[in-house]
Amino acid sequence: MLLFLEQCLNGLQFGLLLFLLAAGLTLVFGIMDMVNLAHGSLYMVGAYFAATFVALTDSFLIGAILALGATILVGMAVEVVAIRRLYGRDHLDHVLGTFGLILFFNEAVRIVWGPAGLSLRLPDWLNTSVPILPGLDYPTYRIAIILTALLVALFLYVLVMRTRVGMLIRAGATNREMTGALGVNIGLLYTLVFGLGAALAALAGLMQAPIQTVQIGMGENILILAFVVIIIGGIGSIRGAFIAAIMVGLIDTIGRAFLPDLLRLVLSSRSASTVAPALSSMLIYLVMAIVLVVRPAGLFPVASK
Amino acid sequence: MADAADPILAIESLTKRFGGVVASDDISLAIPPGELHAIIGPNGAGKSTLIGQLTGEIAPDSGAVRFEGRDITTLAVHQRSTLGLARSFQITSLFLDFTTLDNVALAVQAHAGHSFRFWRNARAEAELREPARAVLAQVGLAHRANERCANLSHGEHRQLEIAMALATRPRMLLLDEPMAGMGPDESARMVEMLKVLKSKLTILLIEHDMEAVFALADRITVLVYGRVIASDVPAAIRANAEVRKAYLGAPDEQTSEQGAAHG
Amino acid sequence: MTDWLTPRNLVVAGLLLFLALVPVYVAMTGNAFLMTLFTRIVILAIAATSLNLILGYGGMVSFGHAVYLGVGGYAVGILAYEGVASGFVQWPVAIAVSALLALIVGALSLRTRGVYFIMITLAFAQLVYYFGVGLDRYGADDGLTVYRRSQFGDVLNLSNRTVFYYLCLLVLVGTIYLVWRLINSRFGMAVQGARSNDRRMRAIGFPTYRYRLTCFVIAGALCGLAGALLANHTGFISPATMHWTRSGDLIVMVVLGGMASSFGPLIGAVTLLVLEETLPVLIRLLASVVVEPQVAVKVSEYWQIVLGPLFLLVVLFARGGINGLLEGTRRG
Repeated sequence: MLLFLEQCLNGLQFGLLLFLLAAGLTLVFGIMDMVNLAHGSLYMVGAYFAATFVALTDSFLIGAILALGATILVGMAVEVVAIRRLYGRDHLDHVLGTFGLILFFNEAVRIVWGPAGLSLRLPDWLNTSVPILPGLDYPTYRIAIILTALLVALFLYVLVMRTRVGMLIRAGATNREMTGALGVNIGLLYTLVFGLGAALAALAGLMQAPIQTVQIGMGENILILAFVVIIIGGIGSIRGAFIAAIMVGLIDTIGRAFLPDLLRLVLSSRSASTVAPALSSMLIYLVMAIVLVVRPAGLFPVASK
Repeated sequence: MADAADPILAIESLTKRFGGVVASDDISLAIPPGELHAIIGPNGAGKSTLIGQLTGEIAPDSGAVRFEGRDITTLAVHQRSTLGLARSFQITSLFLDFTTLDNVALAVQAHAGHSFRFWRNARAEAELREPARAVLAQVGLAHRANERCANLSHGEHRQLEIAMALATRPRMLLLDEPMAGMGPDESARMVEMLKVLKSKLTILLIEHDMEAVFALADRITVLVYGRVIASDVPAAIRANAEVRKAYLGAPDEQTSEQGAAHG
Repeated sequence: MTDWLTPRNLVVAGLLLFLALVPVYVAMTGNAFLMTLFTRIVILAIAATSLNLILGYGGMVSFGHAVYLGVGGYAVGILAYEGVASGFVQWPVAIAVSALLALIVGALSLRTRGVYFIMITLAFAQLVYYFGVGLDRYGADDGLTVYRRSQFGDVLNLSNRTVFYYLCLLVLVGTIYLVWRLINSRFGMAVQGARSNDRRMRAIGFPTYRYRLTCFVIAGALCGLAGALLANHTGFISPATMHWTRSGDLIVMVVLGGMASSFGPLIGAVTLLVLEETLPVLIRLLASVVVEPQVAVKVSEYWQIVLGPLFLLVVLFARGGINGLLEGTRRG
């Protein structure tokens, strides 16, 4: 039972991470009408920067902050050089163009950091456990991730819904010319929004880095999961994305934890060790397929006009 | 009674809300066959929402739409076209990569049986091309048949919009501001064409161009904030004080209305 | 007669002639590698042509098209493993299973459009990929060896590389012709109309979903056939063939060569694969002018970094791909 609870917390943590990623995607898509496949690349770059800076400065916090800053700079540079030429074009052009960026980033990372992955070790002060229930010690670091992600989600909510900056952001999405006429520099606004998206991706990447290996292609695997979150959650719905993210995190984590044992009941041990990870990976996509059968527009779609 | 016939289009208590805004407020209207019925009203009055519910792109919150007696409220967009209800778009919506003739031929094709034909060259099918040419001639675009649609002028685009609707051999046309963005000459030509069509089809016309509306309409409905505030013959509408206040303005203000409408 | 002699037609004719003569050249020089390379190019060109049907003409950006290469390949591989070596059984099964999968995936995905469609195709690509990874009996992650080529009795001996090459070339030409006929038929008009302006299509009375779905299934089936050919060619099939990045490769071929053109996919396949072979060599040669040979080799290993930005430039400035450049047009 305690094991199940622990996996639930892991699932919650993973789900919140997915939400951060999905939120960054939706932000850029909602405001600039821009489909950014290279969002996963920023996640990866954030993780790589974190591994490097933490090793250089020998401080987790400083390394993380530097990584965040560096990725934001990279993100804004990409926006200025490449992304802004795609605004206003067909979504297909966005997909194709940012796919080209994925190819570039994967190769660039390979050149700078080599083909083998990196690892990021937690500092001792974070590498502890906290007894949250009698008999259940939960890693401090994962708690930190959960808290951080919740804080960021709250910050996003307040930013977009309650501040004037958020109003500008939402206005920018719906009435570009008018906002420009009001004296707001749309170009700068978009660059900043893209930077914010990059920050969210980088944060997710660097937080996840100590838990999984930092390697090329890590961005795309989790990006596709973020897509599943958006699809299940419902097109255009942030609230739906939040709920779906938690759902996806829980299903994926609990599935991975308990499926192998379940399978060993029916299959030979050797078969189970091959099939289990594959089936665990497939699980969330199967769930998505079922949701699509029942609700083609996702669980909480924003009604389209 | 002149029209003992049932209305060809019956709109019954149509209501639609978007968040807090009531776009359609209990709209009811009956249009007899052969009538040219105009809907006018200031911007934001809910005309586009109304058309959206008639064509099937927007689902009403309550109410019903009946076409030739049949309830079409929940029918999909393409099904309504099959039944004989065609529309033109306020903002030009055409197949820009195709030629003018291709555009209209597609509309003909939509009503020439299914399209699960995989081999024959559709551009060589007289069954599709001949009716398409005829419709182009009808709207005065025959000489532009082989031109790429994107190269046509705005006025020609508006003519093509009508042609597309006509090619589906409808019994009723829903025209959404067909004269939008047209100069006075083009508008006059469009009015003439609509006069000719009037005798053959029922037409629901949404327009800002008051000159055209009063020249063509058998009856006019005035929509303000989603509500019908008047529905009568043109003379009565012109005289209606509430309408004047809400929309038309005093007679000497009328020209500035038209000027604004063409802006 | 002279309006046939456009640059683009000359290039295409030259390319086809070249492809037809590859075995002759190989026979003369004994360069078997060329035969292997161009067989692969031809097979991938078939896959790219099938993708062009839905991507270029149909406007459906599928990041999961490579799964059909895998499905077709596994159909051949699994049947061969279980003792069914007859091509008369394997290949129809490959096509049928691919079509069925395309039907399921398409039915679920095509209810959405634009970016959501793309996301769903990516998700389904992962689903099928992981399914392949879990195929314990058939090699899972390591893949499945196909020891014997598909048997066609005395009709065709696919073990003969030249025979196999010409068969692939025939299938390619047939596929290009089939797609051309499809596109210009009523069906093709409906599909292209749906890409151009789906809203308008429905307004004039087309139930666009069924035509796009049919198109999706046809494209999947054709790609399944390419997969059967691929498994025969490499004698091996693994889940890696179905990874979404392979779908990305196919998309690059189509866009680079020229979307919505008959020979664009072929041009793209040839260009991409030839670049893959020659670019490292070129870079090494160029670099060794400036730096030491060992460094030049190192530099040439990173040739792929050119590909991403190059592709972006094509998307931004040469949207019609190579075919578009040859025809002097730019797609809007």
